Amino acid sequence: MTRTHMEQQLDEIQGDMLVLAGMVETAISRAIEALRDRDLPLARSVIADDMKINRRRYDTEEKCIELIATQQPLAGDLRVIVAVLHIIVDLERMGDHAEGIAKIAIILADDPPLKPYIDIPRMAEAGAEMLRDSLQAFRDRDVALARAVCDRDDYVDALYDQIYRELLIIMLNDPKTIERATHLTWVAHNLERIADRVTNICERVVYLVEGKIEELNVSKY
Amino acid sequence: MIEIEKTKTPQDVSKMTAEWQKAPTDIIRGTSPLEVYDLTAWYSSTRAIRDISINMQANRVTAVIGPSGCGKSTFIRCLNRMHEVTPGTRMEGRILLDGEDILGDNADPVRLRRRVGMVFQKPNPFPTMSIADNVTAGLRLNRMFAGKKEFAEQVEKSLRQAALWDEVKDKLNEPATNLSGGQQQRLCIARALAVEPEILLMDEPCSALDPFATLKIEELMRELVRHYTIVIVTHNMQQAARVSDYTAFLLTDEDRAGRLIEYGPTQRIFTNPEDKRTEDYITGRFG
Repeated sequence: MTRTHMEQQLDEIQGDMLVLAGMVETAISRAIEALRDRDLPLARSVIADDMKINRRRYDTEEKCIELIATQQPLAGDLRVIVAVLHIIVDLERMGDHAEGIAKIAIILADDPPLKPYIDIPRMAEAGAEMLRDSLQAFRDRDVALARAVCDRDDYVDALYDQIYRELLIIMLNDPKTIERATHLTWVAHNLERIADRVTNICERVVYLVEGKIEELNVSKY
Repeated sequence: MIEIEKTKTPQDVSKMTAEWQKAPTDIIRGTSPLEVYDLTAWYSSTRAIRDISINMQANRVTAVIGPSGCGKSTFIRCLNRMHEVTPGTRMEGRILLDGEDILGDNADPVRLRRRVGMVFQKPNPFPTMSIADNVTAGLRLNRMFAGKKEFAEQVEKSLRQAALWDEVKDKLNEPATNLSGGQQQRLCIARALAVEPEILLMDEPCSALDPFATLKIEELMRELVRHYTIVIVTHNMQQAARVSDYTAFLLTDEDRAGRLIEYGPTQRIFTNPEDKRTEDYITGRFG
């Protein structure tokens, strides 16, 4: 005997979560693109789309609550729902970080860039790749991959250190750059937080598979 | 076919339980642990349960779950030797109540049943007796004679423990059958408590009750466990999850005999069971 209806609902919330993750990944890359190209319409659309990300998070959350209330899930089924409930919150907050970057892109759009953007897109790409792999680990119930993804957070932290130091030197050399450099520090900080939130997703993959709640990566920041 | 692991030795069971045994902190009346080793029970030539070993903790609720016919009720009925009341039955193994083998040659089943009380699926108050007489029936059957005053005190104490006193204190001499199903079941619990047992066995005590009456019994169990060790058989997994501290999962093997598949803290059994068969059963994949 199988619980067909409940399995459909479990598939649905996991599918919704993956769609949400895709929306967040797109938001991150478009926010960086808007910053790099000083593309105001693109930045505005990232901000507008954040509402859709939030909506999907709440819809998925409601479905999870309904499942708990109506199906009384246990064991592995319960862990799927709990994992999804946590992951969608992290995804939604990652969307907020992307929105934050888009807002800074609008502020900086009228000024010439301080320097060519190299490490910031690199940081964004590293975070997006971590996100993709964490979701792959979720789909495949792959604990080893989840742990490996967490280890990559150190690389993102190192890039953040590097960007911070460079911007500090620019500010020290020319105080007129302080406002723009501070905004760019915020961009890097948003990206650093995105990678941290990916490690939370990985922790939920471990919980989903092994039933253990453990901290996989202690962030430097 | 169901694969059954090698029978656990008493040492294995003790080691296993010691890992998660925590000293209860809110006990009012300490009771005895109930240890079961290699328990096998038959109905004529049919083996109903086989080689079950469980160490049930004192002052804790242990739930026994499993699909119909897996031997849950047989198991619990062995614990106060009710099983042997049915003609043609027998059982083997060791059941230690406070270290004393209740299946031993010198063990007295009547004395045992006073120490190990039982509440059944359907409320079964004695229909011709009043509420008060129902409560004291066990005392009289066990020849635990006392004066009128002591009887009255025991009636009040037992009914209070069963969370029924306030509802019946003004009609103690009315027939027990005037009570609702949920009240009747609490009266049966009061009757079982009146002889001051150490262990309380409950065989699906809420299956004939509505959700509100069920909730009352469940809350009562959480209160009673401070005074008694409780073993409950239930079909309702949510109930097992709500009321018990430890859960045992039974399943029939290839010979249709009930075997213990997994036993552990309820929180772990219901969130992260070790055995796939437990996971499949509690998530409704079979059973």
